[in-house]
Amino acid sequence: MTSRSVYGALIATAFVLPSGPAAADALTAATGTQQPLNATAIAMFLGFVAISLGITWWAARRGTSTAKDFYAAGGGLKGVQNGLAIAGDYTSAATFLGVTALVYTSGYDGMIYAIGFLVGFPMILFLIAEPLRNLGRYTFADVAAYRLSEVPVRAVAGVNTLVIVVFYLIAQLVGAGKLIQLLFGLPYIYAVGIVGVLMMIYVTVGGMLATTWVQIIKAILLMSGSVLMSILILGHFGFSLEALFRAAVTLHPKADAIMAPGGLVKDPVSAISLGLALIFGTAGLPHILMRFFTVSDARQARTSVLVATGFISIFYSLLFVLGFGAIAIVSANPQFRDASGALVGGVNMVALHLADAVGGSLLLGFISAVAFATILAVVSGLTLAGASAASHDLYARVIRRGRASEHEEVLVSKAAAVAISLIAMGLGVLFENQNIAFMVGLVFAIAASANFPVILLSIVWPDLTTRGAVSGSLAGLLASVGLVALSPGVWTAALKLGPAPFPYDNPALVSVPLAFAVSWAVSVLDRSAAAASVRASFGAQHVRAQTGLGVE
Amino acid sequence: MDLQTIQQHPTFRQLASERTRLGVAMSIVMAAAYFSYILTIAFWPRLLGYPLWSGTVITWGVLVGVGLIALGFLLTAIYVRHANSRFDSLSQLLLEDLR
Repeated sequence: MTSRSVYGALIATAFVLPSGPAAADALTAATGTQQPLNATAIAMFLGFVAISLGITWWAARRGTSTAKDFYAAGGGLKGVQNGLAIAGDYTSAATFLGVTALVYTSGYDGMIYAIGFLVGFPMILFLIAEPLRNLGRYTFADVAAYRLSEVPVRAVAGVNTLVIVVFYLIAQLVGAGKLIQLLFGLPYIYAVGIVGVLMMIYVTVGGMLATTWVQIIKAILLMSGSVLMSILILGHFGFSLEALFRAAVTLHPKADAIMAPGGLVKDPVSAISLGLALIFGTAGLPHILMRFFTVSDARQARTSVLVATGFISIFYSLLFVLGFGAIAIVSANPQFRDASGALVGGVNMVALHLADAVGGSLLLGFISAVAFATILAVVSGLTLAGASAASHDLYARVIRRGRASEHEEVLVSKAAAVAISLIAMGLGVLFENQNIAFMVGLVFAIAASANFPVILLSIVWPDLTTRGAVSGSLAGLLASVGLVALSPGVWTAALKLGPAPFPYDNPALVSVPLAFAVSWAVSVLDRSAAAASVRASFGAQHVRAQTGLGVE
Repeated sequence: MDLQTIQQHPTFRQLASERTRLGVAMSIVMAAAYFSYILTIAFWPRLLGYPLWSGTVITWGVLVGVGLIALGFLLTAIYVRHANSRFDSLSQLLLEDLR
């Protein structure tokens, strides 16, 4: 496998922005032969499913009939619980397997992506977490709609959310299907069906409370698995990092080049664009933002980010140990190679081989089950975010103009969760053999360009008007979708239309500034009476954003 | 308590401006550190390939990478600590004044 296609495989599975034409071949590269049925893994996975269904039943008995219970778990989660759930939302199975695989192939370069995933997190806290908690109730659109004219703002935010959720779900489900095929030896369509049905049950029956607990348990399992594997790896090398790295350098064909950047990020424009998308995309992902409405106040929101950042920091640092451990332990072992000398099941399986090598079939089963649990937690969070946008923003506020009863709103939300699950499963099956890598790029691009500027400006800039917010958001949406369509990843690799009109795979460097500029220009030029009135109401919003006065 | 009073209140103004200053300063530090790292990779990747000391395989890149992750967490912790003591006590003060 060439490093180019490995890079593509990582992008598809680790959900980084694609940045080369090879990216679109990602999942073709990620597929491999189906594994024999893995009994330990299936038993442990069934255990996880049984526990999570028990939690769903418990959550349902606690009540999911009020909007606050359904969308925000009653709003009474502790900061620590919520922080673990955020970590659960953010650490996908694909990062675990994909980053380990990239470090295994390219060494240090894998680290660059792990770092990129992290930098967006503190920014959420510094810029938007507290005002978000003080101004919002269930969705991030609540914040923008606080003083701006509700219907257009919610319509745009709701559509953005649904687009992000559906694309992200397709990417997750296709990746999950391929992964489960490899891990458990189940046919693709069963894998997509199982994940889809379980996420539908968690969300519709247990609402945010059940979803949160699934994420918390998954986060703890994933962390325990990574810590355990790291300890076992370091144990092989007398708990000396130097010895581990030295063994890796000795075995890897690139030798000591694996300890330094090796050209994965080449031109500065792509590098900066990727950086922008990672920083601002994270702060615009609806399922992450939604988690700030499950805590009682700004103080708990801060604690959430601290716990999540700490957790994710340790997790990503451990991935480095796992990746180099894989070079030092798996690459030397002929047991994990097929007749042609390639890694059994493809390079994305390297974390699993590593588990097998250091902990035997029991650890292999545990790590496989954790990877499956991880997929479930991530897709459940996404589905709930999509369902909230459909019912709270689009149905209750835009279509029914606030006349829907709360009971009706929750029913619509559950129906929307079922619909989103069915659509995602259908598209997941349809896209099985399609190149889906660009979808992840699209998700981050839309989040960074269409959501983040509007959220930030509505919080900090008194002169933002409704027209400014809506046109800025639409400009960000159209520019990001349009430029991704014209990029090498889609234009050249997926659609095979020849040289791409837009030379970069990542549109953030153009679309994020564009969204800010359009919001600014339209707001400044807006002389309408409505604009004057929303500008005048900034003071009230500012008081509440800063102090939380008046929060229910 | 009317809005005008709160907005004009010196404690409120203090709280709002301190919070904004800290948030913006922290964001700039984080973004500057991250973009310096990315630009170093784009323009001078060899800088990160130097060993930490002679005879080791561990490079500056490893230290800088782990350092960036640690910086993110550290800034978060500083912000939370400051907010929990300073901002929350300012809020408390404001509420008592308004009562």
